[in-house]
Amino acid sequence: MRKFKALFLVAVLIICCMATACSKKDKGDGKIKIGVVNNPPSESGYREANVKDMEKVFSKDNGYDLRTFYSQKNDEQLQAANSFITDGVDYLLISAAETTGWDEVLKKAKEAGIKVYLFDRMINVDASLYEAAVVSDMAKEGDTAVNWLLAQNLPEYKVIHIQGAMGSDAQIGRTGALDAQFASGKMKKVIQQTASWDEAEAKKIVESVINSGEDFNVIYAENDGMAKGAVAALDEAGITHGVDGKVIVMGFDCNKWALRELLAGKWNYDGQCSPFQAKIISDLITSGKAPATKKIINEEKGFDAKTLTQNDIDTYGLGE
Amino acid sequence: MKKRKLSFSGFGQLTIPLIAIALLVIFNLIRDPGFFKIAISHNSNGNAVLSGNIITIINGASELAILAMGMTLVTAACGGQDISVGAAAAIAGSVFVKVLKGASQINIGTVILAFLCSCVVAMLFGSFNGTLVAVFKIQPMIATLILFTCGRSIAYWINGGATPTVSSPIITSIGGFIPGIPVPTPVIIVIVMAVLFRLLFRFSALGLFTQSVGINGSAARLNGINATFIKLLSFIILGICVSVSACIGVSRLGLINHETLLIDIEMDTILAVAIGGNSLGGGKFKLSGSIIGAYVIQMLTITLYAMKVSSTDVKAYKAIVIVLLVVIGSPVIKERFGKMIRHLTSSRKEGPAKGAQE
Repeated sequence: MRKFKALFLVAVLIICCMATACSKKDKGDGKIKIGVVNNPPSESGYREANVKDMEKVFSKDNGYDLRTFYSQKNDEQLQAANSFITDGVDYLLISAAETTGWDEVLKKAKEAGIKVYLFDRMINVDASLYEAAVVSDMAKEGDTAVNWLLAQNLPEYKVIHIQGAMGSDAQIGRTGALDAQFASGKMKKVIQQTASWDEAEAKKIVESVINSGEDFNVIYAENDGMAKGAVAALDEAGITHGVDGKVIVMGFDCNKWALRELLAGKWNYDGQCSPFQAKIISDLITSGKAPATKKIINEEKGFDAKTLTQNDIDTYGLGE
Repeated sequence: MKKRKLSFSGFGQLTIPLIAIALLVIFNLIRDPGFFKIAISHNSNGNAVLSGNIITIINGASELAILAMGMTLVTAACGGQDISVGAAAAIAGSVFVKVLKGASQINIGTVILAFLCSCVVAMLFGSFNGTLVAVFKIQPMIATLILFTCGRSIAYWINGGATPTVSSPIITSIGGFIPGIPVPTPVIIVIVMAVLFRLLFRFSALGLFTQSVGINGSAARLNGINATFIKLLSFIILGICVSVSACIGVSRLGLINHETLLIDIEMDTILAVAIGGNSLGGGKFKLSGSIIGAYVIQMLTITLYAMKVSSTDVKAYKAIVIVLLVVIGSPVIKERFGKMIRHLTSSRKEGPAKGAQE
């Protein structure tokens, strides 16, 4: 009975949604109401780009009525989501501060006929409660980077591996692929240390290796800032790096300033962690169709200093 | 006998930090004599520069040493510590970068202007802390907790972006090496700051005033010392130190990350003051102790890195050594140890030694 009721509700909702979507399109002046619950732009360069992208894609000109709420606190986010539901938004977009505590709110949204899209971060709830989740696959980012490194065909790989804050998604994903190489013996681990995203700490780690006199030819830093710290240590010791240099420098996140280092040939590789989920979600909304899979992996690139263009920097670079 | 006792207590405050350095040196000599190798290499600009672990330690501790000097003054005057130095440094560094980015071209003039601006801002925040402590008599840790909490957000507002970068040969020479000089510039800046402090104490009574305010504020006031002003001044001087170390920190990498610039430095700074044998309750102080304390901390860190200890574990090992240092430096142990040494030496030198000394 309950199942039937649920099915019936869903059917009604879908019809309603399609009807409203169609009617809105016909009218032309009625805008699609979007409520975005996100982390604050001050969190990181990634988030800053993410927030700007959302505001750009869901703009008035594109036919949207956007409301936003930014907080790093889960309970504040939950309250905001509740008030968006009461306001009667058509779609609710969530990048949650924490993975738990969202059941009630999402059920309420479902009852109210609001479609929920998760972006950037997954939530621990039943997949039926949201339409789709558009996320990055950090492990794939690591794979892409390591495959690129293998394709360089170095006679031997002696790697300094600088990790992000231990336990973070980005660290686990980006470490995994390289760990597999260390385990298989294909690459040699000179040192594997966490700098907790701290540039100065990364510099210290590389300095200690240089002072020990140990040889290395790859620096794999799990974000751009730490790669910059590592490069500062190389520069002080007069060790060449980048294209035609002795040491290969790899970073992640694709900040504009980092990509410019690539373009100048001082670094070799930068892996993207795309904050641009808005376009994918907007396409899903306008198509009106349910996505084929619940979990949509955001396509992410890895940039090689030899093939990077200024155009790439303008399109994919974060920040200024 | 009396002479010996005097010399022992005079040396007393610096005993612990000096023993700590000696122990670290001995430990490293046994572990790997190559640790102390100092070489002259060429950096990527082609300048001859000193390199090696010792240089890394002395260079890397620069920010910490400068902050420790300011912190010693605050500690002595107020009997409490400023825990917002890291956050304030993020603000000062952001201002430094903001001004540099605003300038059409980076030259010596704009760098000095940027430094002065960051100095003024840091002094303003210092006087904010100082006012809370000196005028409103709020405990220093609580008063500075405010800036500790919000400082890095304020730093974000200044620049907007998460990690703005500045690149210029001048910035590189401030954070690295000036062409033609093989000594790292931050080390030179530490020496300059130490000399400035020395001159300040020599040509003003600030040192004495600070001590008397720290020992007994009301007694100092009755003697005509403006205790409120002295406390406020100590925070403003710390503000200058904060801005100097922030500018060094930014120049090292040519980048400011408001979340990670000089992160957790406040605790290391307070530790440096404590290892230096200064009372955290205020009163008598010795700047040289705090500076040596800063180098002890850095030497410990670099030793652990050289041993390839995982950086997540470094803090735990550091804690063990520091607990030992602080316990050994505690008045209880010091007194017992001192008694024991005096007992030993006096019994041994009872006979012929006494005659030899005359």
